[in-house]
Amino acid sequence: MTTHGLKKRLASAAVYLFLAVMAFLSVFPFLWMVIGATNSTSDIIKGKMSFGEGLLVNAATFFSQVNAPLIFWNSAKITIIATVSTLLISSLAGYGFEIFSSRFREKLYSLMLLTLMIPFAALMIPLFMLMGKFGLINTHIAVVLPTVASAFIVFYFRQSTKAFPHELRDAARVDGLKEWQIFFLIYMPVMRSTYAAAFIIVFMTAWNNYLWPLIVLQSNDTKTITLVISSLGSAYYPDYGAVMIGTVLATIPTLFVFFAMQRQFVEGMLGSVK
Amino acid sequence: MSAISPRSTRPRFDVNGWLFVGPALALIATFMVFPVLHSLWMSFQTGLGMRLSFAGLKNINRLFNDPLFFTALTNTFIFFLVQVPVMLTLALVTAALLNNPDIRFRGVLRTAIFLPCVTSLVAYTVLFKSMFVANGLINTTLINLGIVDTGIPWMTDPFWCRTMIIIAITWRWTGYNMIFYLAAMQNIDRSVYEAARIDGVPTYARFAFLTVPMLKPVILFTTVTSTIGTLQLFDEVSTITGGGSAGGAAGPGNSALTLSLYIYNLTFKFAPNFGYAATVSYVIVFLVAILSFLQFYAARERKA
Repeated sequence: MTTHGLKKRLASAAVYLFLAVMAFLSVFPFLWMVIGATNSTSDIIKGKMSFGEGLLVNAATFFSQVNAPLIFWNSAKITIIATVSTLLISSLAGYGFEIFSSRFREKLYSLMLLTLMIPFAALMIPLFMLMGKFGLINTHIAVVLPTVASAFIVFYFRQSTKAFPHELRDAARVDGLKEWQIFFLIYMPVMRSTYAAAFIIVFMTAWNNYLWPLIVLQSNDTKTITLVISSLGSAYYPDYGAVMIGTVLATIPTLFVFFAMQRQFVEGMLGSVK
Repeated sequence: MSAISPRSTRPRFDVNGWLFVGPALALIATFMVFPVLHSLWMSFQTGLGMRLSFAGLKNINRLFNDPLFFTALTNTFIFFLVQVPVMLTLALVTAALLNNPDIRFRGVLRTAIFLPCVTSLVAYTVLFKSMFVANGLINTTLINLGIVDTGIPWMTDPFWCRTMIIIAITWRWTGYNMIFYLAAMQNIDRSVYEAARIDGVPTYARFAFLTVPMLKPVILFTTVTSTIGTLQLFDEVSTITGGGSAGGAAGPGNSALTLSLYIYNLTFKFAPNFGYAATVSYVIVFLVAILSFLQFYAARERKA
C-alpha cells in the first residue's frame, strides 16, 4: 500500500511540475517584456533578467522615434469604428436571418458562410486595387471597411439568436413596436452577453490587425501601433529597449479587456464550436 | 387563438428582412465575393502593376518553374506538419491534466496558460526575436544549463530559424486550443471515467482510449483551424525577417518565406506582378478549400 501511495504522490508531483512549467513558460515572455522595458538594448540582447534603470531612456527613445499619441489614436479610432460597426451590422444580419423567413434565406446564408473559407491572401490585391479606385488608400476607413463584413460574426449572432425568446418578440409586436424598435429596445439589451463575447473577437482582431493595414496605410501619420512595433522590431539591429515600451503599451488594452471580461473572453474564443 | 405557434407569427422576408440582412450582405459581396472572383480573373493575366493582359495558363506554367514558390510551399508545409501536431498534443495533454477537479490552483494555471492569446502576433514575435538573439537569453540559459556548448544560430541557420518560429507559434496558440479541449472535456460524463477507474484501467489508457476518441470532433476542428491558420502564416515571419525587406531574403536561405509572405513580396516588394501573385494566392484558396471540406465532412459525421 505504501508503494502505491508513493507512486501516486510521484505521479501527482509530475503533473504539478508539468503544469507549473507550462504556466511559467506561458507567462514568462510577459515578464521578459516588462523587465526588458527597464533595460538598455545591450542588456536585453545579453539576456539580462533583472530590472534595470533604462525605463526613462527607452521611453524617451520610443517617444522621440514615434508620434505615440497619434499612433495610439489611430489604433483606437480604427478599433472603435470597426467594433461598433461590425457588431451593429453583423448582429442586424444574424437577427434578420433567424427571425425572418424566405425562400432564399438558407441559400443566401450558406453562400455567405462559404466566404469564411476565403483566405485573406486571395483578397489583398483586389482589395488594394478597389480601395485605389475609391481613392481610399492611406485612410482608416479603408482599413475598417473589409473587416465590417464578417460572416463569422453574423453566424455567431444567428446561432445565439436561436435562444432569443419568441414570446418577447411576439408581445412587442402586439404592443405595436416596429421591427427596428424590437431590435434596438428588446433584442440588444437581452442579448448583451452575446454582444460581449462578439466584442472580444472583433476588438482583438481590429486592435491586432497587421497585414491589411500594412498594405493600405502608407504614411507614418496614419500607421497603427501594430505596424510601428513591427517596423521597429524587424530592423536589422532593433532598439529593443524602445520596442519593449511599444509592446507593453500595445498589450495593455488587450490585457485589460481580458482581465475585465475573462468569462466573455473565453466564451468569445469558443464561439465557433457552439 | 390559443395555439399560436412561433412559425405562424414568423414574418416573411419582406422589406424589413432585407433591411436587416442587406448591409452585411452588401459589404460581404463588395469586400469578399467580388475581390475573390477578381483575383481568380487576375490569375489568368500578366503584366506589371495595373497594365494587365490576358495570359491564359502562363501563370500556372510559371508556378511550376518557380523555385521561390516551391520554397514557400515547402516552408508552409514544414510549419504545419511539425507545428500543428506538437501544439495540439501539448494542448490536449495540458487540458487532460487540468480537467482533474482535484488539481489545486486550477483557475490560475488555466488563466496563465491561456494568457499568450491576448498578445498581438506582431508583439509576441518581437519578444521572441529579442529572446533568441545570438548571445541572448535563450542561448545563455541553454549554455548555463549545459544543454549546448555554443549558442544555437537561431537567426542565421535555416533549420534553427524555422525551429524558433515553430516554438513561437506554439507558445501563442497552445493555450487557445487547450480551452477548446477543456470545454469539450467538461461535456464528457464523469461516470465513464469512474467505471474505467474502478475496472483498473490505468490513467494513460483512460486518456488514450476514452478521452481522445470522445474528443475526436474537437480535435478535428482544432486541427483544421490550426492548419488553415498556418497556411496563411504571415505576421510572424514578416516581423522576424523584416518582411523580406526590399530584395533581401526572408530569413536565412529564405527559410521563413511562407506562401502569404511570398504573395505580399510579389505584389508590394518586387516588381509588382498582380496576375502571378493572384495565381499563388489561389494555391492557398485550394488548400483551404480542401481542408474546409474535410471539416464539414467531419462535422456531418459528428451529428450522425
